Amino acid sequence: MLSYAIRRVLGAIPTLLIIVTLAFFMMHLAPGGPFDSQRRLPPEIEKNIEAAYNLDKPVYQQYLIYVGRLMHGDFGPSIKNKDFTVSQLIGVGLPVSMRLGISAMLLAIVFGTTLGAVAALNQNRGGDFTVMAFAMAGITIPTFVTAPILALIFGVYGLHVFGADITLPVGGWDGGKLANMILPVTVLALPQIAIISRLMRGSMIEAMHSNYVRTARAKGLPSHLVIVRHALRAAMLPLVSYLGPATADIVTGSLVVEQIFGLPGIGRYFVLSALNRDYTLVMGVVIFYAAIIIALNLVADLLYRVLDPRVSFGK
Amino acid sequence: MTHAATADLMQRAQGVKGRSLWVDASRRLVRNKAALVSMIVLGIITLLAIFAPLLSPYAYDYQDYSVVSCGPDWWHDPSIVCHAGGSHWFGTDSLGRDLFVRVLYGARVSMAVGLVASIVSLMIGVVYGATAGFFGGRIDELMMRFVDILYSLPFIFFVIILMVISNNNFILLFVAIGAVQWLTMARIVRGQTLSLKQTEFIEAARASGVGTFGIIRRHIVPNVVGPVIIYMTLSIPAVILAESFLSFLGLGIQPPYTSWGVLIAEGSDVLEIAPWMLVFPAAFMAITLFCFNFIGDGLRDALDPKDR
Repeated sequence: MLSYAIRRVLGAIPTLLIIVTLAFFMMHLAPGGPFDSQRRLPPEIEKNIEAAYNLDKPVYQQYLIYVGRLMHGDFGPSIKNKDFTVSQLIGVGLPVSMRLGISAMLLAIVFGTTLGAVAALNQNRGGDFTVMAFAMAGITIPTFVTAPILALIFGVYGLHVFGADITLPVGGWDGGKLANMILPVTVLALPQIAIISRLMRGSMIEAMHSNYVRTARAKGLPSHLVIVRHALRAAMLPLVSYLGPATADIVTGSLVVEQIFGLPGIGRYFVLSALNRDYTLVMGVVIFYAAIIIALNLVADLLYRVLDPRVSFGK
Repeated sequence: MTHAATADLMQRAQGVKGRSLWVDASRRLVRNKAALVSMIVLGIITLLAIFAPLLSPYAYDYQDYSVVSCGPDWWHDPSIVCHAGGSHWFGTDSLGRDLFVRVLYGARVSMAVGLVASIVSLMIGVVYGATAGFFGGRIDELMMRFVDILYSLPFIFFVIILMVISNNNFILLFVAIGAVQWLTMARIVRGQTLSLKQTEFIEAARASGVGTFGIIRRHIVPNVVGPVIIYMTLSIPAVILAESFLSFLGLGIQPPYTSWGVLIAEGSDVLEIAPWMLVFPAAFMAITLFCFNFIGDGLRDALDPKDR
C-alpha cells in the first residue's frame, strides 16, 4: 500500500510540472510587457523595475526562478493589485471558496446518494423517472442559468409559505452567514447532485442484483438491513473515484457562483484578474487550482484502494 | 451445394433488399420519440438561426433609445415599465436592441462553436486514437499516457489563459475548445481500433497486401464511425456550454457580437426589472442542450442496440 501511495504521489509531480511549464510559457507568449502603460516611463526606471522582477534575464532563467519560488509557496507579486502578492490574494479568498466548495460537496454527496438509491429501489417506476428527469435537468442546465433564476425566485420575489416570508439574500458574504450561503451552495451542488444520483442509481441497481444481496435476503435479513448494510455500502464505493472530477467541476462552478452572488472567493479574484490581464495572478490561481484538483484525484485513488477489498497491492 | 443452386440462391438474395446498419439504425432512431422531437426542435432552432436577418426588421446591433429595457407586448406584468411594441417579440435589452434577433444571433455563435470545435476534436481525436490503437504496444502506451496526463489538467483554465493572452480572439476560442474535447474521442477510437485489429477482415486485408494507412483509412475508420457520431452529438452540447461559460464570465465573445452566454450574463444583471432578458436566452440554450442530449442518447440506442 505504502509503495503504491508513494508511486502515485511521485507520478503526480510531473503532471504538476507540466502545468506550471505550460502556464508559464503561455503567459510569456502574451503580447506586451506587464508594465506597458499609456505613459512611457524613463528608460532607467523601466530598467530598474524589470530588474526588480527579473524581467531582464533570459526566459529560461525566469522560468527556473519562478519554479524555485513556487517550491516555497511563493507565487510572486500581483501585477495589477499593487502591494499584494498572489499568495496573499489566494489566502484571502481561500476560506470563502473552501467553505463554499466543501459545503456543496457534502450536500451533493448526501442528496445525490439518497436520490440515486431511491431511484434504484424504484427502478422503472414513478420515483425512478422523477429522479432521473431531475438529474437530466441538473446535468443539462448550467449553473449560470440556475443561479440567477433561483436568485429571482428566492431572493427577489421571496417565498411565502405558511404565512412566513422567507427571502434569502442574493449577494454578499457577510462573514459567511448561513442565509448567505444557502443559494450559492445549492447552485453549486445541483449539477453534482444530478451526476452523483445517476452514478449511484447505476451502481445500486448492480448491487441489488448481486449474489451477496441475494444471500443476505435468503438468510432472512429484513429488507432495510439488506439495503443499508449490504447494498448501499457496496454501491457507494464507485462514487469515491468520482471525487476528483467532482472537485474540478465545483472549482469551475465556483467561478460563476462567486461572480453572480458577489462572494469574495478565489474564483472572483481569478475572473477579475483574467479580465484585467493580471498575468501573474491568473497563472498563480491556475497552478493552485490544478494542484488542488490533482491532490483530490490522488486522495480519491488512494481512498478507493483502501476501501475496496478486491483491489490488491501486488507488485 | 451445387453451383447451380448457389447461383440460384445468389439471384434470389439479390432480389431481397438488404437492410444496412444505417437503415436499421435510422428506423430505431425515428421510433425514439424523445430523439425525434428533439431533432425537429433543433431543426427549427437551426433554421431560425440561419434566417435570423430575414425574420426581424431589426439588425442585431441596431439601438433604439426610445425602447430601452422594454418588455414584449404580450408580457403581462404590472411591474413592467414599458412595452416595446412593434416587432420586438422578445422585448428589448438595456441598450434598446431587439432581443429576438440577438437571441438568434447568439444561437448562430453557439451552433457554430459547437460544430467547429466538435469537428476539430473529431479530427484530432480520430487520427490520434486510430494511430495509437493500430500500432499498439509501446507507441500506444506512450500516446495514451500523454492523454492521461492531459486528462488530469483543468483544461478550461488553459482556455482562459489562452483567451487572456490572445485578447479574446474568437477563432482561437473555437479551436481551443475543440483541442480540449479531443481526449475522450481519442480514447474511444483507440479502444475500438484495438478490438477491430483482431478481426478477420483486417487480417485478410493485410494478407492481400494493403498498406498500414490504407487499412486505417479503408477499414478501421469506417468501422469506428458509430461510436464517434454518438460521442460527437454529446460533445456539441459540452462545447456550447464551455463557450457560454466563458462568454458569461466576459472571456469569450466580445461586443457587439453576442452569444447565449453573453445574453444570459446581461440578463442576470437586470433580473429584477427585465426578467425577459434572462428568460429567453436561457430557455433557448436549455432547450438546445436538452435536444442534443436526447439525440445523443437516441443515437446510442439506435447504433448500439445491445447496450440497452
